[in-house]
Amino acid sequence: MAQLWINCTKTDENRDIIMVSELNPDFKYEVSEYPGGENIRLCFACGTCSAGCPVREIDERYNPRKIIRMVLLGMRDRVLSSEFIWFCSTCYTCRERCPQGVRLIDVMTALKNIAVKEGYIHPLYKEQIKLLDKSGAIYEVDNRRRERSGLPFIQVRSEDTSQILKLTGLSNIVASEEGHEG
Amino acid sequence: MKYAFFLGCVIPYRVLNYELSTRRVAQELGVELVDVDGFACCGFPMRSVDVKTTLLMAARNLCVAEEKGLDICTICPACTSVLTETNKELKENEELKEEVNGKLANLNKKFQGMVKVRHFVRVLYEDVGIEKIKDRVVKDLTSFQLASHYGCHYLKPSDVYDDFDNPENPKSLDRLIEATGAQIVEYEDKKGCCGNVILGVNEDISLAMAKQKLDHISLSRPDALVLLCPACGLQLDNFQRRIEADFGASYKLPVLYYPQLLGLALGGEPEELGLDMNRVKVDELLKKLQ
Repeated sequence: MAQLWINCTKTDENRDIIMVSELNPDFKYEVSEYPGGENIRLCFACGTCSAGCPVREIDERYNPRKIIRMVLLGMRDRVLSSEFIWFCSTCYTCRERCPQGVRLIDVMTALKNIAVKEGYIHPLYKEQIKLLDKSGAIYEVDNRRRERSGLPFIQVRSEDTSQILKLTGLSNIVASEEGHEG
Repeated sequence: MKYAFFLGCVIPYRVLNYELSTRRVAQELGVELVDVDGFACCGFPMRSVDVKTTLLMAARNLCVAEEKGLDICTICPACTSVLTETNKELKENEELKEEVNGKLANLNKKFQGMVKVRHFVRVLYEDVGIEKIKDRVVKDLTSFQLASHYGCHYLKPSDVYDDFDNPENPKSLDRLIEATGAQIVEYEDKKGCCGNVILGVNEDISLAMAKQKLDHISLSRPDALVLLCPACGLQLDNFQRRIEADFGASYKLPVLYYPQLLGLALGGEPEELGLDMNRVKVDELLKKLQ
């Protein structure tokens, strides 16, 4: 079972030396295989992404240019176990401005998707999977309140969403966890 | 003008003022928003976890609209962007479409690529048009000084939106606000992100982003902020008092969804536009109406 992602971050952030033996040169290809990840190797580190990033402006830990460098160097474990990969606000400023067509949001998405496969899912998303499985939406509609406001009754279909979560294996993430808790 | 009305998750649950005012304004302008049985979550929340899941969830919703033979009209930009992006990808990538349809067969659904997806504000801009809106305005809002906030997903990624507006210098919402007679007030970093998407991941960063946004807007002293995204609305209206308390700031900035503003200009009553549900009181703004 993977360690808690937040603990890994603390350990890794304190470690400044990059050990060549710990690098995984195939990591960039793994990321490239995700939709939108294709162009990551075209990055020439100009820093346009970091300069326009509203999250970076608030918190230095989220630095898009640095994250891309880490991926290209092959720092797989360190990136995947880090907290910062979950910080992207998906504002798309980097994608609009990147002179090399690197789709940074898609790269961040790929990193999060790979992290999930490695067992580093952010707790927020576990809750969302459970809600989607149960009600087909991440919020449950209160039809009585809607009626009081003069809004129509809404019936969200959960069966298909639940089926999709089974098809892609996401329901297993929650199911296996519930097994552990039990 | 008839569309399948895609509400998404958060609006029918806790942003009823946006939904009420949209329905009211649409009715007034002859835009028919049809409530379609069968829509579910757009897929946006699952993108961080598994892109394939998002693709299937979005594709399935597109199929529901195709079955009804209706284009989709959304009011949540996150839904808009995921549905638009998926629609484009599946229309352009035959191999991906085959793969997705293979999975969708389990749900008795098949993506064919027959509908368009657009945000309601874009529909107002492109289909109803500024001139028609101006013609229908009955209340004088010329004393309103308003700041606009486009948020992120309404405009970006711009290539999936056929470049209908320029993300670096957007105009559509400003033109629509001006169509009501109101004046636009400019402010620093107008394109800045509100930070709501990462509220559940890191509250400190998220609220600091919102604080920065509110600081910039307040410097220009508008009567209100006008926006078109439920996430931005929750962040800047519902959380405004929390941000004031956390950072020792004072904004008291009313935040309106564009259809609420337009509804007032078209002669609607504040209550039928859900203005009584706005978290920051809009009384001072409404006094300007008389």
